[in-house]
Amino acid sequence: MKIGLFVPCYVDQFYPKVAIATYELLKKLGCDVSFPMKQTCCGQPMANSGYEHLTKDCDANFIANFAEFDYIVSPSGSCTLHVKDHLSDKKNEQLATQIRNRVYELTEFITDILKIEKIEGNFPHRVGLHQSCHGQRMLHLSQMSELNAPFFSKPEQLLSGINGLELVSLSKKDECCGFGGTFCVTEEAISAKMGQDRVKDHENQHVEYITGYDMSCLMHLEGTLKRQKSPIKIIHIAQILNGM
Amino acid sequence: MMDHSKAAEIFLKDEERTDWHNETLWFVREKRDKAAFQIPDWELLRETASQIKNNVLSNIHKYLLDFEENAKNNGIIVHWAADAEEHNKIVHSIMEKHGVTQMVKSKSMLTEECHLNDYLTEKGIDVIDSDLGERIVQLRKETPSHIVLPAIHLKKADVSETFYQFLGTEKGNNDPKYLTEAARQHLRDTFLTRKIALTGVNFAIAETGEFVVCTNEGNADMGVHLADVHIACMGFEKIIPQRKHLAVFLRLLARSATGQPITTYSSHFKKPDDGKEIHLVIVDNGRSTQLGREDFRSSLKCIRCGACMNTCPVYRRSGGHSYHNAVAGPIGSILAPNLDMSKNADLPFASTLCGSCTNVCPVKIDIHVQLYKWRQKLVKEGYTPKSKTLMMKGMSAVLSNPVIFNLAGKMGRFVLDKMPGLVSNGFNPWYKQREMPAPPKESFREWYQKNSIASKVRNNEQ
Amino acid sequence: MSSKANILEKIKQNQPLSVSELPNLGFLGLENFEILDKYKTVLQSIGGDFVEVSDYDAVIDFIKKNYATEKRIITTLPELSEIAEIDWMNDDSHSLKDVALTIVKAHFGVAENGALWVTDDLLGQKVSVFIPQYLAIVVNKKDIVSTMHQAYDRIGNQEYGFGTFIAGPSKTADIEQSLVLGAHGARGLMVFIMG
Repeated sequence: MKIGLFVPCYVDQFYPKVAIATYELLKKLGCDVSFPMKQTCCGQPMANSGYEHLTKDCDANFIANFAEFDYIVSPSGSCTLHVKDHLSDKKNEQLATQIRNRVYELTEFITDILKIEKIEGNFPHRVGLHQSCHGQRMLHLSQMSELNAPFFSKPEQLLSGINGLELVSLSKKDECCGFGGTFCVTEEAISAKMGQDRVKDHENQHVEYITGYDMSCLMHLEGTLKRQKSPIKIIHIAQILNGM
Repeated sequence: MMDHSKAAEIFLKDEERTDWHNETLWFVREKRDKAAFQIPDWELLRETASQIKNNVLSNIHKYLLDFEENAKNNGIIVHWAADAEEHNKIVHSIMEKHGVTQMVKSKSMLTEECHLNDYLTEKGIDVIDSDLGERIVQLRKETPSHIVLPAIHLKKADVSETFYQFLGTEKGNNDPKYLTEAARQHLRDTFLTRKIALTGVNFAIAETGEFVVCTNEGNADMGVHLADVHIACMGFEKIIPQRKHLAVFLRLLARSATGQPITTYSSHFKKPDDGKEIHLVIVDNGRSTQLGREDFRSSLKCIRCGACMNTCPVYRRSGGHSYHNAVAGPIGSILAPNLDMSKNADLPFASTLCGSCTNVCPVKIDIHVQLYKWRQKLVKEGYTPKSKTLMMKGMSAVLSNPVIFNLAGKMGRFVLDKMPGLVSNGFNPWYKQREMPAPPKESFREWYQKNSIASKVRNNEQ
Repeated sequence: MSSKANILEKIKQNQPLSVSELPNLGFLGLENFEILDKYKTVLQSIGGDFVEVSDYDAVIDFIKKNYATEKRIITTLPELSEIAEIDWMNDDSHSLKDVALTIVKAHFGVAENGALWVTDDLLGQKVSVFIPQYLAIVVNKKDIVSTMHQAYDRIGNQEYGFGTFIAGPSKTADIEQSLVLGAHGARGLMVFIMG
């Protein structure tokens, strides 16, 4: 099966290590994975701001780049969700639908498609897992605290094979970090406060690293941590699973 | 009128108070969780309630006619109000007919929406809100900040000061028991002397023509049973088909709202006593319009529990008043634009679309989906600033074209690296409280191009 | 056109094209638990209290021992005429403002939330259970059902002018989320579980 690597636009430009870790990890797990060079952005920043109607070109470019693949995998919960929910092409809605059904976030791809239970590795550190909202509540990567339903967590399951990794328990298990796309600047005060509170929850548990499956959240938390000159570091789950 | 982001910024200036407000509401969310997790049926209850309400909205014309006929047969006088103005006029006319100039009210968010208190006060009617939280904000000339916990934004010291001013309590005595006792004594006289009492309606039963009012304090019942005239006001969407459906909603309502298994009183009003009157005012005020909006129709399923507000990380840190609407928070943000798109265009954007609200909603309204859809609608109808539209058009051009995208990315990294001051300054809202990301030497695709070609070559050599 | 006609016309035009089905309630309220135990536990957790009694004499004894019987006590139950007034039901409702304790009987109780169902025919006057300082309600042990589903099955098509579920004493947490009992209704609720 051919796997197309879908790298979020800002990860490609500002956090290449996350994409490299994703690429290397998928190859290690035996995947035939390649990166279509002409991909750009999924269109989420515009769509979430109310400008869905301006994302036709992004959609068309996405379809052109990824139509040939059996699966499309991305180290991002929210970008995956956006494509799954919104990818559309008036000229070929059937193809768009097919592609929507083939898009996966990295951890769910490993557990659900590759059927791998956990990844072996070493990461002897105290870690907080920030459960990004779109991946958790909408892609169902793990159970949300709101529902009276059994617990499960694909990311935690994969991390359970990493030696020495101490996953902490947060006081607000799955509170939003406050990034929210353009929200981070249009409601700057609330966004910053939510980020600071999320950081504080992790600080109270004395973590060395904050990890997650969405670099947008982690970028927002990192910005906050750096401003506070905190020693806590950010690392994407792909990097932990790939062995950094 | 200030938009949400500005009002929130002001609210956040007192960080300690914001933290207190945040934790207080989170505590209510936790109580809700505790109650919900004790009911193995919980998710089935939500699904059932959702389906009952879907049925109601799809058949509401018939249910309303059934309800009116049955209510009238019970001796209830039914009125219909197209909008807030008409609602207020009807309530006032009932008072005039009886020659009464004093009214005692229990909680009704509908009457807040219609600004009934202001209307009646202008007409010389003395209106007293009997719910403790509502009485407190009424004395302070504020509006409620939460649909279930009207005074949640106030600390006990604030209440103490207000009661000292208006009820003559001891200055500086912040004990909630003491203050509640003072309110009990003060309002008891009101209950005993008012001839007309007004309540809201939690549920109206089409099958039997009765309606239900839920309170913890007993203030609705104290007012109504001691008065000669009971005026009950409801949005038409409060209808449910049959009495037995109350089991579902009464199991969900208080647990979702405050974590209690049920409110202290769940009073079913069916027939007036001999010589007394019950008036029921059925109000539209934009609801029939919302009913016609396919994407937003299901917001009318709301049973006004407030769970969405308690869980919303934005509401908890900005307070109900930042939403400039009688109903605030997530549900308010999908109801208000229907009433006035221009005034409320900011509200659907006051969210990160985290989806917590949708998942605590006892009737499964897809709130976060509707917030997204309202954003599309508001932009299409021209309610977002031109500058934003221009920026988005620019963004779309850059983000959809691989060549421009690469160039822009390269430029961005270059500027961040060599001329950070251009970006990291006071004009950049991100930079106010966060550092910018560190610019990497190369993008992923640059790495991929080098390394995957190189690896391909290496493979060929082996 | 009247407002009623206008509103109904708009509604007719705007409601969805097809009627969605009502769900089956038959799968709800089937949990198994010890009903009486649950009722007692929940009642106490919501600020109410209970005492198990065999008959009305035991009720009279309890009230004599625990309440200030020189204060005004009213009841709808002729069995309690020794310690309470029974002929106040035609008085003006406002004259009940000085009542210290009202004692009535409930049709049944609900274990999952500690509530008791009363209707106007059991109340004497509707205000009788809201206006006193304290409230006591008698309910037969065998008349406690498990959840609200069983409760509404039991209510069925019962005719009443007014009915209410009463769950514990009046309360509020409107002042900084501090729970205070006795907001406007009764400050305390005692349930006599009889049988």
